[in-house]
Amino acid sequence: MSEAKVELVNGPVVKGSNMGAFKLNEMVTVGDKMLIGEVVIIEKDMATIQVYEETEGLYANEQIFSTGAPLSISLGPGMLGNMFDGIQRPLKKIESISPNFIPDGIGLLSIDTEKLWNVTITVKVGDMLKGGMVYGQIQETPSILHKLLVPPNISGEVISIEPNGEYTINDTIVTLQLSNDNQYNLTLVQKWPVRKGRPILERIPIYKPLITGQRVIDTFFPVAKGGTVALPGGFGTGKTVTQHQLAKWSDADIIVYIGCGERGNEMTNVLEEFPSLIDPRTNRPLMERTILIANTSNMPVAAREASIYTGITMAEYFRDMGYDVAIMADSTSRWAEALREISGRLEEMPAEEGYPAYLPSRLAQFYERAGCVKTLNNEEASVTIIGAVSPPGGDFSEPVTENTKRFVSAFLALDKKLAYARHYPAINYLTSYSSYVTMLSDWYRENVAEDMLYIRGKMVKLLQSEEKLTEIVKLIGEDVLPNDQQLILETARTIKKGFLQQNALHKEDTYVSLQKQYKMLKVLDTFYESALSCVKMGIPLITIRQQPIYQAIIKMKYEVPNSRLELLDDMIEQIKKEYKELRDLYQH
Amino acid sequence: MFKEYLKLDRIEGPLIMLTGVTNVAYGEFVKITVDQQEIRYGKVIKIEGDYVVVQVFEGTTGISTQNVMVQFTGKPLEIPLSLDILGRVFNGVGKPIDGGLNIVSQRQSNINGRPINPVARKYPRNFIQTGISAIDALITLIRGQKLPIFSGNGMAHNEIAVQIVNQAKIEGANEKNFAVVFGAMGVRHDDANYFKQSFEESGVLDHVVMYLNLADDPIVERISTPRTALTAAEYLAFEQNMHVLVVITDMTSYAEALREMSSIRGEVPSRKGYPGYLYSDLSTIYERAGMLEDREGSITLIPILTMPNDDITHPIPDLTGFITEGQIVLSRELNQKQVYPPIAVLPSLSRLMKDGIGKDYTREDHIDLTNQLFAAYSHVQDIWSLAQIIGEDDLSEIDKKYLEFGRRFEERFIAQGQHENRSIFETLDIGWEVLSVLPVTELDRIPEDLIEKYYQKGE
Repeated sequence: MSEAKVELVNGPVVKGSNMGAFKLNEMVTVGDKMLIGEVVIIEKDMATIQVYEETEGLYANEQIFSTGAPLSISLGPGMLGNMFDGIQRPLKKIESISPNFIPDGIGLLSIDTEKLWNVTITVKVGDMLKGGMVYGQIQETPSILHKLLVPPNISGEVISIEPNGEYTINDTIVTLQLSNDNQYNLTLVQKWPVRKGRPILERIPIYKPLITGQRVIDTFFPVAKGGTVALPGGFGTGKTVTQHQLAKWSDADIIVYIGCGERGNEMTNVLEEFPSLIDPRTNRPLMERTILIANTSNMPVAAREASIYTGITMAEYFRDMGYDVAIMADSTSRWAEALREISGRLEEMPAEEGYPAYLPSRLAQFYERAGCVKTLNNEEASVTIIGAVSPPGGDFSEPVTENTKRFVSAFLALDKKLAYARHYPAINYLTSYSSYVTMLSDWYRENVAEDMLYIRGKMVKLLQSEEKLTEIVKLIGEDVLPNDQQLILETARTIKKGFLQQNALHKEDTYVSLQKQYKMLKVLDTFYESALSCVKMGIPLITIRQQPIYQAIIKMKYEVPNSRLELLDDMIEQIKKEYKELRDLYQH
Repeated sequence: MFKEYLKLDRIEGPLIMLTGVTNVAYGEFVKITVDQQEIRYGKVIKIEGDYVVVQVFEGTTGISTQNVMVQFTGKPLEIPLSLDILGRVFNGVGKPIDGGLNIVSQRQSNINGRPINPVARKYPRNFIQTGISAIDALITLIRGQKLPIFSGNGMAHNEIAVQIVNQAKIEGANEKNFAVVFGAMGVRHDDANYFKQSFEESGVLDHVVMYLNLADDPIVERISTPRTALTAAEYLAFEQNMHVLVVITDMTSYAEALREMSSIRGEVPSRKGYPGYLYSDLSTIYERAGMLEDREGSITLIPILTMPNDDITHPIPDLTGFITEGQIVLSRELNQKQVYPPIAVLPSLSRLMKDGIGKDYTREDHIDLTNQLFAAYSHVQDIWSLAQIIGEDDLSEIDKKYLEFGRRFEERFIAQGQHENRSIFETLDIGWEVLSVLPVTELDRIPEDLIEKYYQKGE
């Protein structure tokens, strides 16, 4: 058969001839520079290739080589704490080959093949192993135990094992006898095609929250482990800061952070900041549980399309070890735009706003890879997906936001107006929603407090009444309203300032435990009830506001450390006491 | 040594198409001789077997299918670089247009550059004092940042850009290692002259490199202009260790040129007819700003764009805002109130300021003061709309104080002279001065000790 050759070059789209024997979605290398690409269309002996690198300088008639496998990544130790490009090439390694700027044609690189890992083998000769079972383990970082799993489609009997000790990822440590007389060597690494979800035993219902330490999320719009969340917002509304906060403080075991078409400096910031941040649960640097994938906006667009799949595949691999994994994709709009751009170059028929007609199905496929599951090894684990969306002009009716909304259960809408007033996180407390509230209600009842969700409901209602009253205030001013309505406005303001606004840069306020959130709610509720009883007696709001305790409520988020929650109990008593005294004073 | 092609198949807009071409690379630079005398340049933008599409920088007027000689140069568009570029004026593809000699250098660089590896970046943290209060206090510019000015036609964006260039105090920069790269895309002659004259007056012209593509110059060249400018900036910053301030204007003309090209090429349009890759394309310009871990120099990028119809949701400002690290938005309303600089602080933002201000960088009270000013001024907007309905007299006492604050904030804090260069301390002090109009109980974003220290009682 003659060689496959480049016929057409148009940006990241290349067509080759003599490619009849290539498979769809097969990974290929193009030309002398070995640019990496993927076969996306086959027509007779011509094939269209989506190239993950810059094609400038590519000649017609350069050769195309097959790799024989679909776009796959290597799964094994060496991913945690590192940063990869959209097709799992380690950026530090690239930096050592070519300093400062990313060259074209770096070829296929993946996780470190030379590093020695201290392996403990957990099986013995004669054991029967099935896909998903553990045959060895490595303490990859002090906080994460990396379990070596039999690839999902392999099962057999252990016929030989190596002693415990140091191995590179490609060394064979266990050999299996398969049922068909073949032998299979288990190393520390396995390949997996990124576009295919890794198999599980079964899905189980969602029942526990992903605790983020962010009040507006945990209390008002909770996120579940195994859930799906969209975080839409125009530019400047704080998507990235919110995603960073979630990556820092969520109580997941592993975080996969995908910087998809975003700013280079943001990734650098994560790289600089995370190693110095300490995980409050393990007391270890956050970097030890984090994997970063960076396809900044100026890196090749085709790899941006792949980066999302690379990230979710890594997440699934750690899930299969029994971990709770959270994946942050910032931003899925860039991924959708990459789809659109490639689709345009492929001359496909566009649907809404130029996006391809398969946008909704691709989004669905991605979000459906989240879930709470039983792994093949019969352990409980989860993958949570938190996808930022960047709607053009902050308009949520555009195709990516609209379609994302259909596949996620929590929607945290970031609001320009709140951001302009520096109300951060600028999550709109009226238009956001989380359908996990009901699924998690038992959990909150058992683990936080019986009345947590009840008070939450009350606060939501107050905020809604405030919104309606504000419309009136805009027309006639606040002073004209009756006192009880003014109190609603006042309380809503207090909820906003004292509870919803949270300062990511303040050391006490950046992460808040659920217990503290509950007690703060309780303080607000006590204030509202006590003040309401005063208002009913005709005590003017101004007097209520002048009570010393009132200022303390607004500042409680800063003044009460996470470690001294009893101060909040004191505060509740103090509120009751002061307002009782006030009432007594008025009765006489 | 290179084959010459003497016959074209097709000419359309700025594109020429040839068949029977062998051994040509995608993106290759092309030399086109018209009527055996005039030389133009082009770039390969599509290869399909032996059929090649070339985009001609200078336009195709006067080209017929037979009067040209096309040579493929075997390399992409590169510009020669040396320190001699300082003080010179070039066109969009790096040819001198100031009457001076060509730049001769072994150092040639592809104008498309390469993406900076995120692991090689240094996170920008150093404050640049521009002497403009609204920027220094509220939208702080950081060395290595990309911070665009979102303006509208007829507003003072050029003046602000010049003021920033003239007054910028960059840490680590001195007369020797400071440079300005100016790229003009589709701007009017008088705008370009204004910049040139202003640089001359302030005596920085020796440190300025200009790349000009004026309103009547060919659009294909317009697309390469910001890239040429940033290639020069990368050379100065990362090879000559200079601190470079890059001003490129007007990104709207650039994006329109891109749309025009896209439409000629028959591509599927997305929003408002702009190509689907507008975001990726803009990012390959904006993302070239920054700093590197192992280099001294820096590129701080100030792109200027005029928002069509003052609409910030238009695709150009919108996509820009998603890539840049904040934005300085100008307001028509303040402009009409004769406030200079007419900076609308509420929609403006500097994403990098949080790590570059405060105790170790500017002053301890900076962060909290900024937050309070934003919160208070945003409240003023609500009161204004209320006052328009019920009248100012019926406002509550506290609301009246807010109105007074709003007035002083605009007239005393934002407004300043075109040559007035305020130090950061002056700026923050003025901030406290206007804030002290409000009673101390309203300052809920500032810790007690700072209020104690800076709040001006008895105003």
